[in-house]
Amino acid sequence: MGRLRRRKITNAVMFALTMLSTVAVIGVLFYILGYLFWNGGRYLNWQFFTNLPAPVGEAGGGMANAILGSGKLLLLAMCFGVPIGLLGGIYLAEFGGRVFPFVIRYVTDLLNGVPSIIIGLFAYTVVVLRDRHFSAWAGGFALGIMMIPIALRSTEEFLRQVPRNLREASLALGATRAQMVLTAVVPAAVRGIVAGIMLDLARVAGETAPLLFTAFNNRFWSSGLDKPTASLPVMIFTYAIGPYEDWHRQAWAAGFVLLAMVFLFNVSARLLTFRQHAR
Amino acid sequence: MNELLTESRAASEPSAPKRIRLAHRLARAGDPLFYGLTLASAASILVITGWLVYQLYVNCEETRRQFGWSFLVGRNWDPVAGDFGALPFIYGTIVTSIIALLIATPLGISAAIFLAELVPPRLSSVLAFLVDLLAAVPSVIYGLLGIFLLVPFLSSTVVPVLQKAVGFLPIFSGPFYGVSLFSAGIVLAVMVIPFIVSISREVLLAVPQAQREASFALGSTHWETVWKVVLPHARRGIYASVFLALARALGETMAVTMVIGNAPEISKSLLAPGYSIAAAVANEFTEATENLHLSALVELGLVLFAITIVINGLARLLILATARGQGHHG
Repeated sequence: MGRLRRRKITNAVMFALTMLSTVAVIGVLFYILGYLFWNGGRYLNWQFFTNLPAPVGEAGGGMANAILGSGKLLLLAMCFGVPIGLLGGIYLAEFGGRVFPFVIRYVTDLLNGVPSIIIGLFAYTVVVLRDRHFSAWAGGFALGIMMIPIALRSTEEFLRQVPRNLREASLALGATRAQMVLTAVVPAAVRGIVAGIMLDLARVAGETAPLLFTAFNNRFWSSGLDKPTASLPVMIFTYAIGPYEDWHRQAWAAGFVLLAMVFLFNVSARLLTFRQHAR
Repeated sequence: MNELLTESRAASEPSAPKRIRLAHRLARAGDPLFYGLTLASAASILVITGWLVYQLYVNCEETRRQFGWSFLVGRNWDPVAGDFGALPFIYGTIVTSIIALLIATPLGISAAIFLAELVPPRLSSVLAFLVDLLAAVPSVIYGLLGIFLLVPFLSSTVVPVLQKAVGFLPIFSGPFYGVSLFSAGIVLAVMVIPFIVSISREVLLAVPQAQREASFALGSTHWETVWKVVLPHARRGIYASVFLALARALGETMAVTMVIGNAPEISKSLLAPGYSIAAAVANEFTEATENLHLSALVELGLVLFAITIVINGLARLLILATARGQGHHG
């Protein structure tokens, strides 16, 4: 019986260890999120949303230009990345044979794994070197490229979940393949597709590295899309490594706003797909 | 079918057939057009990836010509003197990633085991969602937390204890200034754990229930079942999750840049400041004025690209192999 006892003790000890690991992981999550929201919330005020950054070294000011800049960059990125991702996803789910889709999927996953700083280098060589100045275009281009892989794969995945019957019924009514896809299949999967794009947006909204030398930064309003443009993540980086206490406080506030935005996208995407599954 | 439809309508209203036939022809013409458009979008992935490699390759021509392969093993990085070697950055990148994996792999896999084996399904998926949220936190925010939360904590608590206990080891020797390879490794560990937990948990859940029941029927305890049956069955997927985490750690930029110390040196001690490839590009690119310096940074980018492509490629192959393997057994 001694042996059985030892085995039972091993069983209990090992599972206790796995429980400890889980508690540690989840605990770290709550700790750092709590710390960020508490700290950021403390330093957040209306000025943050309405004012330009104060002159270097002076206290006060806000990040209104960076909030608007982030919005501009995300919009550009969507205009560039989402159509390609959507149509490419439709191709993979609805058309295509064996080898070519396999290659596309594989390369898409590889592109998804390329470090964001390298996407930034690419956008720099393509857009900034040609224009000879930093611009929102370059930043939007970089973020757009980062959006394509996820938009494509999630679109494909949700289209695949649409039942065959729907496609057959649509074709039987005399629809062409394009009509079938656009009027029957895509609408049936639209919640999932939108959720995928929201997750995609949440991911690139926090990207800093590809913007450092494409959109660069700006302490003022940028008057157009071909000017250096401020964004929240780059502001957080600049302020966090800067020497002023007030900058650090604002970095926390900006972190709060950015993370709230990212979580909002994530949770709404989750709710969108959750309801669909529940039906 | 379609012709029948048009004919029956044609009989009832004489003016309709032409219009319908036209609409029909347009719709038929739309088909190849739509197909072409989706095909072009899918193919653009290949074009973009190829273009990316080409641009990186072309834009580091100067350093490639001047240093050749010795760029990879040069220990000196001196923009003023125009001497560029990538070794300190490659070293920093690999060392921080190894630290991250050493911490994240055991923690992540055991948390995944707990979530997959012991926690009731509904609670498990809620916890998994929380872990996924942890993966969604932008890296610049991890950097912020690294600077103001982790580094002070390491300096005041962890490192003094560590040095008292194992300070005789060369890897924990020397002074600690807060920013270091060690700090970067820990931040990376926190960042990659969610990947390992999330993927491993799914792989473990996909192990057929019959496997577990067979093991229980032979009299195994739950842990023996996990250790001898479930984990071996899921091993490829777990390896893949670790590889994906590794690829992510190698290419991580902002959080590392903020806590690694940005010193292009190769030091034995993990407590000394270092530099990673991605951090070097992030820090120096906008400040570089010499063409040779820019070219060296682009070549660093190319090296990082090559490393992550290899690791990612391996991970994807493992995942494919897992999917196929399960197809055979199931």
